Amino acid sequence: MGVFRILKDDRGGQMLLLFLSVVTVLIPLLHLLVPESSPFHVTTYGITLFGKYLTYALLAVAVDLVWGYLGILSLGHGAFFALGGYAMGMYLMRQVGDRGVYGDPLLPDFMVFLDWKELPWFWLGFDMFWFAMLMVALIPGVLAFIFGWLTFRSRVTGVYLSIMTQALTYALMLAFFRNEMGFGGNNGLTDFKDILGFNLQDDATRIALFIASAVALAFGYLLCRWIVSSKLGRVTVAIRDAEDRTRFIGYRVEYFKLWVFTISAVLAGIAGALYVPQVGIINPGEFSPLYSIEIVIWVAIGGRYTLYGAVIGALLVNYAKTLLTGVMPEAWLFALGGMFILITLFLPHGIAGLFRRRKPA
Amino acid sequence: MSMIRSVRERLARNQLLKFTTPTPTLDLDVSHGPILYLEELNVSFDGFKAINDLTMYIDAGELRCIIGPNGAGKTTMMDIITGKTRPDSGRAYFGSLINLLELTEPQIATAGIGRKFQKPTVFEQLRVIDNLELALHCDKRVWTTLFAKLSSWQQDFIDETLQLIGLKQQRNLLAGALSHGQKQWLEIGMLLVQEPQLLLVDEPVAGMTHQEMDRTAELLTSLAGKHSVVVVEHDMDFVRSIARKVTVLHQGSVLAEGSMDEVQNDQRVIEVYLGE
Repeated sequence: MGVFRILKDDRGGQMLLLFLSVVTVLIPLLHLLVPESSPFHVTTYGITLFGKYLTYALLAVAVDLVWGYLGILSLGHGAFFALGGYAMGMYLMRQVGDRGVYGDPLLPDFMVFLDWKELPWFWLGFDMFWFAMLMVALIPGVLAFIFGWLTFRSRVTGVYLSIMTQALTYALMLAFFRNEMGFGGNNGLTDFKDILGFNLQDDATRIALFIASAVALAFGYLLCRWIVSSKLGRVTVAIRDAEDRTRFIGYRVEYFKLWVFTISAVLAGIAGALYVPQVGIINPGEFSPLYSIEIVIWVAIGGRYTLYGAVIGALLVNYAKTLLTGVMPEAWLFALGGMFILITLFLPHGIAGLFRRRKPA
Repeated sequence: MSMIRSVRERLARNQLLKFTTPTPTLDLDVSHGPILYLEELNVSFDGFKAINDLTMYIDAGELRCIIGPNGAGKTTMMDIITGKTRPDSGRAYFGSLINLLELTEPQIATAGIGRKFQKPTVFEQLRVIDNLELALHCDKRVWTTLFAKLSSWQQDFIDETLQLIGLKQQRNLLAGALSHGQKQWLEIGMLLVQEPQLLLVDEPVAGMTHQEMDRTAELLTSLAGKHSVVVVEHDMDFVRSIARKVTVLHQGSVLAEGSMDEVQNDQRVIEVYLGE
């Protein structure tokens, strides 16, 4: 089967898929079958939390694809994640219908509050699930395509490109903060009720979203692994290490960058779309450059240029974040910074570098 | 009216989505003799004339050596031919039909000009065999690359090349693990699998032992005839061992051209270069 062929030489990927299949079975079982008094019981909160981590892991894989394999240090991937999240949020808002605080059958609460009379045109169609899902992939994809087309064609590389990705997400954050944009301004979109007719507060819905996140991560991982183990993946590594040389053997570097960057943005958008129903809110804060930088730190800590390292990094860092912000919220940023410095100094290949088998000389 | 027309021209389907149209595949026409025409080229960098009214022709199948002191414009000339630098004025044609000044680097490479850099730049994080696979002459568009599989013919071609450049044992090593001389050979191998009509070779023997130099000389002379080869080299012994026709560049233009003996006895050449 194709899956086995893709993962043939990828021990980390095999372990990851095994891990994902075990947790998708085990965690719902621990929730449903183990009594609440037992220490092994997993709460609904726990499931949702873990589901959230899995969407972060997918986002981290998308970042590793462009950073580890293509050399584009994107400090704006949070933008694609948030856009996917907003597309999902718009669908969830339209599902609320007349159950909002103001009871308007068509307009979401924040529009009634702003005294808007009709739905803006860009909210049309988002009552349909398939349309919203299409937009989840399309909006980040098209934005990445346009951004990439303009920058890669002008041969903007390195730190300049990183700064521009950061400017992109910052500009979007400022735009989404504005009420006139029609996306709920400061508060974003929240107070969701149900998805596809299932109540978002139900255990079963939460388990389903958790499983969907695990499946999305598995497919996202396989897609990326397939890309990087194809000849195209070798071309991207060539571009990363010697861009000019790659041009002189006949590859149109900008198109390769453009497609891989776009695919990565779409994956980030899908991750965002799965994130929103689990956390119950999307607001412009997700566009903040700080979040995008955090994603890069997950990948660096987990180990870039491995893909599975990104997953390890995202899961561990976020678990640590949950633990630490519970105990000492103000210490978290120092801990994150410290972790980043220690890893850079002592484990330049990240946590994944610990398990990487040495190639026979 | 003219504005409407220019807008219309810009929005025409083949203009708007220019990147979707395939590379223009003009046939290489060498029926008039030369494979490379460089005429009246001028390039200046911040007022410094790196190339000054340079005119030169390379015949099809020729092996040409280019020598000249540092700063004579040898590398800049290669940059112009491969599309890295655009000249301020002048003409550069590949065959009599392909205008090099209109093409991008990948298009020029696809048209059949291969270049070996002065400093060997192989892809260090990829295996030796992958380096050759990437350089291989084939369709290099994104989607075909994603689904590309080596045909048995291509596999054989890579094996033959590995044999030729003496890296058969090292085929699965990362290219970064090779010695300096081996990297030079790998780069020559990458040039060969590109199957270019015109090879531009910048200082091929830098860092090579005498034995390796002899093998390189042998290889380059064997390539001439089927391909056209332009070699830029500082090592005079090496040039003497392979040269049939030598061009001396000085201050961005051609100082002298002829056989090694003629050039060596040219008074001007002795002044600027050999006699120092």
